Amino acid sequence: MAATLHNLSLAIVILPLIGGLIAGLFGKKIGQSGAHWVTIILVGISFFLSLYLLKLVVLDGNTYNGTIYTWAISGSFQFNVGFLIDNLTALMVTTVTFVSFMVHIYSVGYMKGDGGYQRFFSYISCFTFAMLMLVTANNFLQLFFGWEGVGLVSYLLIGFWYQREAANFGSLKAFIANRVGDFGFILAISAILNYFGTVDYGQVFAQVPAIAAAQQTMTVIPGTAWSVITVICILLFIGAMGKSAQMPLHVWLPESMEGPTPISALIHAATMVTAGIYMVARMSPIFSFSQTALSVVLIIGATGALFTGLIAIVQHDIKRVVAYSTLSQLGYMVAALGASAYSAGIFHLMTHACFKALLFLSAGSVIIAMHHDQDMRNMGNLKKYMPITYICFLIGALALAAIPPFAGFYSKDAIIEAVHASNVPGAKLAYIFVLCGSFVTALYIFRAFFYAFHTKERMDEKLRSQLKESEWVVWLPLVILAIPSVVLGAFLIKPMLFGDPSLLSNSVLVAQGQNVLQIVGKDFHGPWAMMLHSVTTLPFWFAVAGIVVAWVSYILMPGLPQQLKKHLGFGYQVLVHKYGFDDFNQLVFVRGCQRLAKWCFLVGDVKIVDNGMVNGSGRLITFMSAVTRKLQSGYLYHYAFAMIIGLLAILIWLVF
Amino acid sequence: MMSLNAFLILGAILFGISFAGIIINRRNLIILLMCVELMLLAVNTNFIAFSHYLNDTKGQIFVFFILTVAAAEAAIGLAILMVLFRNRRTINVDELNSLKG
Repeated sequence: MAATLHNLSLAIVILPLIGGLIAGLFGKKIGQSGAHWVTIILVGISFFLSLYLLKLVVLDGNTYNGTIYTWAISGSFQFNVGFLIDNLTALMVTTVTFVSFMVHIYSVGYMKGDGGYQRFFSYISCFTFAMLMLVTANNFLQLFFGWEGVGLVSYLLIGFWYQREAANFGSLKAFIANRVGDFGFILAISAILNYFGTVDYGQVFAQVPAIAAAQQTMTVIPGTAWSVITVICILLFIGAMGKSAQMPLHVWLPESMEGPTPISALIHAATMVTAGIYMVARMSPIFSFSQTALSVVLIIGATGALFTGLIAIVQHDIKRVVAYSTLSQLGYMVAALGASAYSAGIFHLMTHACFKALLFLSAGSVIIAMHHDQDMRNMGNLKKYMPITYICFLIGALALAAIPPFAGFYSKDAIIEAVHASNVPGAKLAYIFVLCGSFVTALYIFRAFFYAFHTKERMDEKLRSQLKESEWVVWLPLVILAIPSVVLGAFLIKPMLFGDPSLLSNSVLVAQGQNVLQIVGKDFHGPWAMMLHSVTTLPFWFAVAGIVVAWVSYILMPGLPQQLKKHLGFGYQVLVHKYGFDDFNQLVFVRGCQRLAKWCFLVGDVKIVDNGMVNGSGRLITFMSAVTRKLQSGYLYHYAFAMIIGLLAILIWLVF
Repeated sequence: MMSLNAFLILGAILFGISFAGIIINRRNLIILLMCVELMLLAVNTNFIAFSHYLNDTKGQIFVFFILTVAAAEAAIGLAILMVLFRNRRTINVDELNSLKG
């Protein structure tokens, strides 16, 4: 069985890479249709194999942890490429290949006629490979490889339309913000290597209890002693903050919307940004030993969940609304991790992957119909022209707003309840944040929904005459994604969260006394009962209130938003400026860097290198030769004199 | 019988005169050549003096060689001087300073 799992996982990981390489290197030869066929078929095979893997691992209970290749040996440290296949990995692999497969198909329609068609398919296949490497890793270094791989492809894809200045700006911003996170991450890996002597998950996790029990400390700032486990956890979480776009490193995600929409769906909603969630869940055996780190995770997650959601309310770009909602939902997942409800976080990750990909792809479908205009102020009443997209967007919105029985309801409700039950410091505040977040979520997504698909038509005549439903390659993935967005939650909640043992029990470790899901699970009597019970709970009514407010302000009284804007000018400005994070970064980091660079240029380059070293050495030679030239007068008697003096000097030296 | 010192002093004086001639003379290249010849003669004087006082004839044989070479050198020097004069129309030492890079 081990051999089967080994070969299976190897095939799942490698096939997208092969597809990506073929499309990338031989793109000219195989043409556009060749490029999409080869990548779609290989990713498709990868998806079906991962379904089989899911069956073997989850239903039959097999696991695999093995090395396939020794990457490097340095002293006593050995860096391997290996796979750890357990329930968590199998679920992640299936989610990734599923969404990736759908996005591949969808891209055939979305990218039609684009100059970089083959390049695009090559990138997204390579992305799938890197993401699979990330989730299948059995050691930190391979995790880091996948981590950087997805970061790189994300950079390439945000800047896919490299002629646009905004795209280049966005891709750089994403890359730099991720570097900050990666800095923390690589420090964490170094610390792990230092204190544990290995980067293999199993060996590290086995040593954690001993190190935690010994209360080993390290000095970060001279004069202070910090717990090793806490420092490692926080550094790891900084890595997760970069990749999963948590405050204050979230600034790159909205900018990443400059990339093609399928990318936003695949990378910046469904898979890559959830890498941080996956990583923290995978590292739960470390995090469980640090109450401090969990508290930090919880508070940052909950803050992000509420406050980035608020920004979404004032956005006009349909993709940006969905992007900010991604930030908010990532906040929910992180909050779940902080509350030690790792399973709930991963559960929300999976449902979110489906309904957020659905929302993004629906938005993409709208954008195709609008001839790449993303501004909702130019849309309106699209339901008349695009019925399939309309229904799909509605399903995605309902799932996002956590309306039962859609998938998002089960996962988000579980998170809110878990945060409520948590006793980590800061949990009370976090509960208020995530609860208000459910109102905000419903408000912004239904605002976008009503604004784009209802109300009166605001587009110009020429565009209106061309509006039509997208072709089948575009709407088919929407329909396929809509199905799990409806049923996945009800289907998975029992085995994932409240089963005994739950689905992830062999992958994650929850500390004693923090098992919030157990507390929540006491009141759980099946998905149906949970749905019926929800009408008596706050989150449900908050979500409904959000939808009603959106309906009132955009359908019933369309003048209301303008009135509110006028009367709440300050709040509106704060939201439009995104709490000043961007301005702050622009002012401090960008300007600061420019100043520093200018200073380095003027002092370091112009003065020291150019004037001092390059021209200086020239000037020194000129000066020296000017001096020596004087010696060569051309007069014979000077030379004779010098000879005689020299002779005398030698004689004197010899005699005395 | 004259002492060796007297001859050596004579040689040194001759050498000094010729050296001074080379350094001080700024006018005439012929004088320069003559000074060089004189310098050789000063050396010859030393050779002969030592040869006599050490009862060794090798020194005197050297002097013959040096005189021969000096004659040849003078001939070549004068020939160069002729060519130089033909080209530059001068034998003024101060104007002959093209011996530099």
